[in-house]
Amino acid sequence: MQFLISLHINPAVLDALTDEEKAAIGGGHGAFIEALKKSGELITTQALVDPSQAVVVSVSNGQPVVTDGPFLESKEFLGGFYLIDCEDKQRAIELAAQIPDAAIKGLGVEVRQVMFADGQLEA
Amino acid sequence: MTAPPFEDLLRELTPRVLGTLVRRYGQFEGCEDAVQEAVLAAAVQWPGEGVPNNPRGWLVTVASRRLIDQLRSDHARRERESATATEVLPEDVPDTDDTLVLLFLCCHPTLTAASQTALTLRAVGGLTTAEIARAFLVPEATMAARISRAKQRVKAAGSSFSLPDGPEREERLRVVLHVLYLIFNEGYTASSGSRLHRADLAREAIRLTRTVHGQLPEDGEVTGLLGLMLLTHARRRARTTAAGDLVPLDEQDRTRWDRELIAEGIELVKAALAGPTLGPYQLQAAIAATHADAVTAKETNWPQVQALYLILERIAPNPMVTLNRAIALAETEGPQAGLELLSTLDSDPRMTGHHRLLSVRAHLLEQTGDPAGAYEHYRRAAKSTASLAEQRYLESRAGRLRPPPA
Repeated sequence: MQFLISLHINPAVLDALTDEEKAAIGGGHGAFIEALKKSGELITTQALVDPSQAVVVSVSNGQPVVTDGPFLESKEFLGGFYLIDCEDKQRAIELAAQIPDAAIKGLGVEVRQVMFADGQLEA
Repeated sequence: MTAPPFEDLLRELTPRVLGTLVRRYGQFEGCEDAVQEAVLAAAVQWPGEGVPNNPRGWLVTVASRRLIDQLRSDHARRERESATATEVLPEDVPDTDDTLVLLFLCCHPTLTAASQTALTLRAVGGLTTAEIARAFLVPEATMAARISRAKQRVKAAGSSFSLPDGPEREERLRVVLHVLYLIFNEGYTASSGSRLHRADLAREAIRLTRTVHGQLPEDGEVTGLLGLMLLTHARRRARTTAAGDLVPLDEQDRTRWDRELIAEGIELVKAALAGPTLGPYQLQAAIAATHADAVTAKETNWPQVQALYLILERIAPNPMVTLNRAIALAETEGPQAGLELLSTLDSDPRMTGHHRLLSVRAHLLEQTGDPAGAYEHYRRAAKSTASLAEQRYLESRAGRLRPPPA
């Protein structure tokens, strides 16, 4: 079963962390990725640039309109994700709990099953 | 999709070549890698150069060389003496069929189901890592890691290369059958992505189950599982529309069912039921045979289906079995009786919010003349399923019952 574990970040929460705490998060993700690769459960993982760099695209009267900034007016943004293939939902939850973000108040780790997939997996 | 002839040959020979190597050199782990490399080499060379006169001998020789090369380089890396002990190539190789032993090893109880299926398809099925990865819609590196981890676990468990005895053998055989059943289902319930490759998995599962049946023809559950697979596979052309939409059993065009597979499946069911023991696969196969017997959905022998589910419920209690019995009960005693049986599942945590419970209830509510309740349940079921095809089907059922705008 494939699951997307999405990481919802809050820039204000991240800014308030000490350098040691930030380094611990980075190290935690590194170790998590290595473990997932070894167990054969990682499909891919990606992290996104700061939400301030996002643009929203809409089409009005056939003309694209581009607006600077993220779509959601929220304190939390999608910061990145893990796409995994594991035994069942229980295992996905078990894995999600190993992500350092899950232990930090104000950051969200969400698990959802994949329903449809297509395209080249090997980049 | 029909594989080229050499591919079928390769898949058949893989477990026999692997068995030979493990008997010669021990260490399943290294032998399995060597055989995979030999299979890949054959897939490259045979189409151009032709299949060698003795394909099995060719594979054994190539795999042995790869294994010895690997052993030598391992030794060199560890700065040990040269590996003279393993330099001799096997001269005469007894052609014992170790498929069963390999299946028991690949379906080792310490492995997860995902690892068991992957390892079985590679070591016994003779599929390449890339083919297995495509079938399960994961990158090749992910599948390679999973297979490698599975082999490490098998090694750590200290399994010997022989069939287990007595009750353990029986227990382990159930695991093997379950893995074959999972591989079949993976191919049958093409929920996403490339349908073609996943249908191939059903074909592989049938091929492997045929092999097990060939070696254990007296085992009623093996016979039952093969019968169940054939009777289910027989409906493959009728169960989806050209556009990929699901067609429920009662609406399928039964002239599109594969009569040849059905005939073979029914023979297997008869043979299985004549035996001294009765197991869940035999009963499920008997239910599939009852459906196959009916020329139209209306002619289905529902009392027999209900009775078979009742026995199944007793020997292998499971909420999904009760759910299926409710459908049969509704056919024999009316939708209200079916709904009453369904209500016994409401307190089962395994079924809370399960899309099958919601969709069966929707179906029965529709039959009792409660379109509003049916609409509501179809909608909830559509939201709960992880299958796109199923979701489309449930949305379309809900669409027919949509209440008029107020």
